[in-house]
Amino acid sequence: MRAWPALISGVLFGLGLTLSGMSDPAKVLGFLNITGAWIPDLIFVMGGAVVVTFLITPLVTAREAPLLASTFSLPGKQLLDRRLVGGAVLFGIGWGLSGYCPGPALVSLLYGYESTVVFCLAMFAGMALEGPLSRLFAPS
Amino acid sequence: MNAYLLPLTGGVLLGLSAMWLLLSLGRIAGISGIAWGSLAGPERLWRTLFLVGLLLGGLLTHNVIGQPVPAESTAPLWLIVTSGLLVGLGTRMGGGCTSGHGVCGLGRRSPRSLVATLTFMTLGVITVLVMQSLMGGAV
Repeated sequence: MRAWPALISGVLFGLGLTLSGMSDPAKVLGFLNITGAWIPDLIFVMGGAVVVTFLITPLVTAREAPLLASTFSLPGKQLLDRRLVGGAVLFGIGWGLSGYCPGPALVSLLYGYESTVVFCLAMFAGMALEGPLSRLFAPS
Repeated sequence: MNAYLLPLTGGVLLGLSAMWLLLSLGRIAGISGIAWGSLAGPERLWRTLFLVGLLLGGLLTHNVIGQPVPAESTAPLWLIVTSGLLVGLGTRMGGGCTSGHGVCGLGRRSPRSLVATLTFMTLGVITVLVMQSLMGGAV
């Protein structure tokens, strides 16, 4: 599989996150804070993004294969399970504590702020801990 | 200029980014998965290039287009650490974040992604409400 198309995709993603203001945690918290001085920006960001993916995804996946790889690698799981909901709960709490989700946090490393470096290190630690913790608490 | 033109334009670019990755490599533009996979593998190369591009995109916005750099978060570091740990743990466990489940999953009409997105959005709102009442609006 070729890798260079991912660079283009990354540039567009980084442009999108920073132009839209989503690399500003205050704007994200302002959106989640529905009883305060509500900042609706995130609705427009998600709305713009999802309209594009909703319209174009079926056209792309109707192809037999991607342009530069042999197959589509799409998530195959269909069922809802405890890991999906539990993970989304933990992620939502973490997101609401700082206003950072993974994309905005990573692109914010550009700004050289201590808090974004600390956030990203903690995020990777959390990712690394997921396997061991899930095995520890897995119902057997 | 309309205040929502930049958020909307940025959102469309996020969608186009995801669609290019799907069309070219057949992959989902989920940042938590790409970030973890760039370290843990397999197929580190395209994931690493995506992250390099992500930073280049940010440089374009602030250094070429001239959009102002946002201010640093005012949250105390213990809160940032807790937040990062939960985001890392939760996105691995739930199989995605705002991009993989939100931007890509909703576009794929995935029921799992719809449930995940509604769940983390709701928990984000609740968390901010709780923090507001605990910290007296300091957040």
